[in-house]
Amino acid sequence: MFPGTWSDRDCGWVIDQVLGADLQYLWHKDADLKGCDCIILPGGFAYGDYLRTGAIARFAPVMEQVSEFADRGGLVWGICNGFQILCEAGLLPGALIRNASLEFRCQWTNLVVERTDLPFTSQCAEREVLSVPISHGEGNYFADPATLSRLEQRGQVVFRYCDASGRVTNSANPNGSTHNIAGIVNARGNVLGMMPHPERCSEPELGSTDGLKLFRSVAPSAMKVLVS
Amino acid sequence: MTAQSVDERRLREVALTPEEYRVIVEELKRAPNEVELGMLGVLWSEHCSYKSSKALLRRLPSTSPAVIQGPGENAGAVNIGEGWAAVFKIESHNHPSAIEPYQGAATGVGGIIRDVIAMGARPIALLDSLRFGPQPASSHHVEGVVAGIGGYGNCIGIPTVGGEVYFEDCYANNPLVNAMCVGLVRVDRLMRARAEGTGNSLMLVGADTGRDGIHGASFASLELDETSSERRPAVQVGNPFLEKCLLEACMDLAHTDAVVAIQDLGAAGLTSSVAECAGRVSGAGAHIDVSLVPRRERGMSPYHVMLSESQERMLVVVERGREAEVEAIFQAWDLTSAVIGHVTDDSYLTVVDGPALVARLPIGLLTDGAPLRRLVGVAAEQPPGLDIDALPPLVDPGAALLRLLASPNLSSRRGIFRRYDHMVGDATVIPPGGDAAMLRVKGTRLGLAVTTDCNSRYCHLDPHLGAQLAVAEAARNIVATGAHPLAVTDCLNFANPDRPEVYWEMEETVAGLAHACRALDLPIVSGNVSLYNDSSGESAIYPTPVVGMVGLIDDYGKRLAAGLRTEGDFVLLIGSSHNDLGGSEYLQVEHGMVAGRPPALDLARERAVHRLVLVAAENGLLHSAHDCAEGGMLVALAECCLLGGIGVRCPAIRPESPLRMDAALFGESPSRFIVSLPSRAMPELQSLARRHHVEISLLGLAGGDTIEFEGQLRLPLVEIRQAWEGALI
Repeated sequence: MFPGTWSDRDCGWVIDQVLGADLQYLWHKDADLKGCDCIILPGGFAYGDYLRTGAIARFAPVMEQVSEFADRGGLVWGICNGFQILCEAGLLPGALIRNASLEFRCQWTNLVVERTDLPFTSQCAEREVLSVPISHGEGNYFADPATLSRLEQRGQVVFRYCDASGRVTNSANPNGSTHNIAGIVNARGNVLGMMPHPERCSEPELGSTDGLKLFRSVAPSAMKVLVS
Repeated sequence: MTAQSVDERRLREVALTPEEYRVIVEELKRAPNEVELGMLGVLWSEHCSYKSSKALLRRLPSTSPAVIQGPGENAGAVNIGEGWAAVFKIESHNHPSAIEPYQGAATGVGGIIRDVIAMGARPIALLDSLRFGPQPASSHHVEGVVAGIGGYGNCIGIPTVGGEVYFEDCYANNPLVNAMCVGLVRVDRLMRARAEGTGNSLMLVGADTGRDGIHGASFASLELDETSSERRPAVQVGNPFLEKCLLEACMDLAHTDAVVAIQDLGAAGLTSSVAECAGRVSGAGAHIDVSLVPRRERGMSPYHVMLSESQERMLVVVERGREAEVEAIFQAWDLTSAVIGHVTDDSYLTVVDGPALVARLPIGLLTDGAPLRRLVGVAAEQPPGLDIDALPPLVDPGAALLRLLASPNLSSRRGIFRRYDHMVGDATVIPPGGDAAMLRVKGTRLGLAVTTDCNSRYCHLDPHLGAQLAVAEAARNIVATGAHPLAVTDCLNFANPDRPEVYWEMEETVAGLAHACRALDLPIVSGNVSLYNDSSGESAIYPTPVVGMVGLIDDYGKRLAAGLRTEGDFVLLIGSSHNDLGGSEYLQVEHGMVAGRPPALDLARERAVHRLVLVAAENGLLHSAHDCAEGGMLVALAECCLLGGIGVRCPAIRPESPLRMDAALFGESPSRFIVSLPSRAMPELQSLARRHHVEISLLGLAGGDTIEFEGQLRLPLVEIRQAWEGALI
């Protein structure tokens, strides 16, 4: 949790109340990861994001621990602002720039799942289409051509914006992301970044339970989840 | 300095009249010094003192068994059961938004959030009631205000779930930005901003104090003129990140019992927050040392410090000796806190700057001393009448429907609300776009329905009736979700009350609000008045009493959405239709007229219709419900189809004389809903309707991808959606 984070309580709610998993909140000043199995960097506007999204948060004391944890193979999951921070911190390649519309967008999107062999997506079916909302002004994924082709070749694109039937089309792209990218994983497969909010669609009354599949995927391999 | 010798220019600067100055000298038995004059000026401004409206506001009902806190605090509070209280208030930020739309709207949102925090509540929802001049001339207002609301609300992580947007000529120079915030607090943790306990410390927390926003309250109490843009420095700048930290720190204060009270610093800054906090406790006073106030810049005089409207600041009253506990909580969020004074028992606000006495004024003089203005209301000229028989008959209902759906006041608001985060908090169980939005109270089955409403065109044509219709429609929005209307917060926007016809509008509006609220058992627990919404004496706004309403459903699993849900359902109109074309969108869009009288409202009938819908929802008979409002039955029906993505097939409509075809389709008779239900539920609904003496009529069957009235109208949903969604942005 950084000052300015706001999805911490939503992620915590899903982990704790919906899933019944072990939950710890980590503070940006913490230097101890409290023996967790998975670290979530939730959405928000860390430090206000006045400079550039995630640009300040990467320098938070806790981020050093998070980097080391990722290097050791620990599960790190950045959602929305968390994705932006992971990119700034160099744990994931590329960057998230202003939406092509130049406007904030809060709306439902469809995501096609391209990897189901990851600890984050093991509960999803092959090329399953998930209904997950986005809520961001800077979610337009950008990377240089070399990085992009590396990502594609190694199959590091986990989620792509698509239409309801799973077709990856321009009109299904809500923010102008290159290759309709909504989420990527590092080469080792233990650091996931995604712009959409699975914690907002983990109960039927919120419109979809597709997000819960991701939390359920993580839970068996990580009994103790930390929201960082 | 005597009443005669005080510089008139100086008095104008602090927005005091010579008469008010005379009263001050008489009460003090001396002339006020510069700082005192400034302090009295802001607190006696219309914005803070309500001197033109107080006498009227007393007529509004403010009690019900659910009310825990009525007007007079930072926000109102009602008991919603299971140990929870809903805290809410609406407030205007019109003048700043006219001059500097982005920051004006942003700080309006920031201010109303702090009002809810001050009650100890966690804010869970924001709503914004907006009014602009016609597009495209008003684009810079629209763009700035929408971006400002999003900029603040999205960053702080409170969902913006509802509101309204209207376009009328009268708002071209005076856009209205009314922001409402709803929060939740355990009933036993509800805070009140009362400076109790002589000797207790006054701590200022949050942002440092700068020179921004000085005289903001006075500025809001003047008409806008060509020099208004020079007042841009009176508009504050918002920092939502800081407020997010302030919010979380204030929530953490719940872990300690060292805090006696929290008070927001809003209009008139430190002066009003200290005076109001002390003013709520009989005999209490306060002693402030301005040299202890953390500052953003050098060279600030005590005058600046006392009048600064720097945002994101709170005053916390702390038990003496426990300041360190509170400081530690703010420290954890990297927020400054400083003890700047203490509570006294001398009924005076004493301000010192180190050893020097700066100001010493009786609390009562500051908070209640402003002489109430005795204004005279004279009925405005009758607006143009409407000879309904002279209206040409409706030729092509399909074309008219498309034009109405594409009109600025009826088109889809999705282009706006998708720019607001309306989901954060995981509580939004009815998203924006329908009638009221609904938020679940996590950990319970309770659902809170929230809405704002006002048709100011009705209010212009008949302020008394228009105000009643605003209350009735807000209640209908709530009922359409299956929730029971619970309480109201109001934001009363008017032009210059010194003009007798404007004051008359205020009198009529308040009487109408009071009447409708009493009839529907709705207390008004908080609110705000915004006057002088006109420019250089011309282009006065319509009277615009925005009604913010909160309703409650015991089990949000029984909530209803507006969109049709299941193919094959019966689609019904509940309530009766009359030739109500006065003030309608149809009249404006199709005939270019704002004329006639607003639709007649029978509050007993309104109540009966509410009861019927609520019982039917409670018994699980209904699949959807939607309020029939602007644009009438056909527009409401189209919205049901568009929101549900299901068409409707109806037999030809044959209105019974004297009901006209145009009125049957587009008339705006109140107390009506469109509902859908499975055929098996029909008998029970029919018997309920008989019992409640409410007329129901079958319109048709849900299904297909067109809206069809046999032989009269047949339009594909795709085409209708294009008209509806293509219009705004």
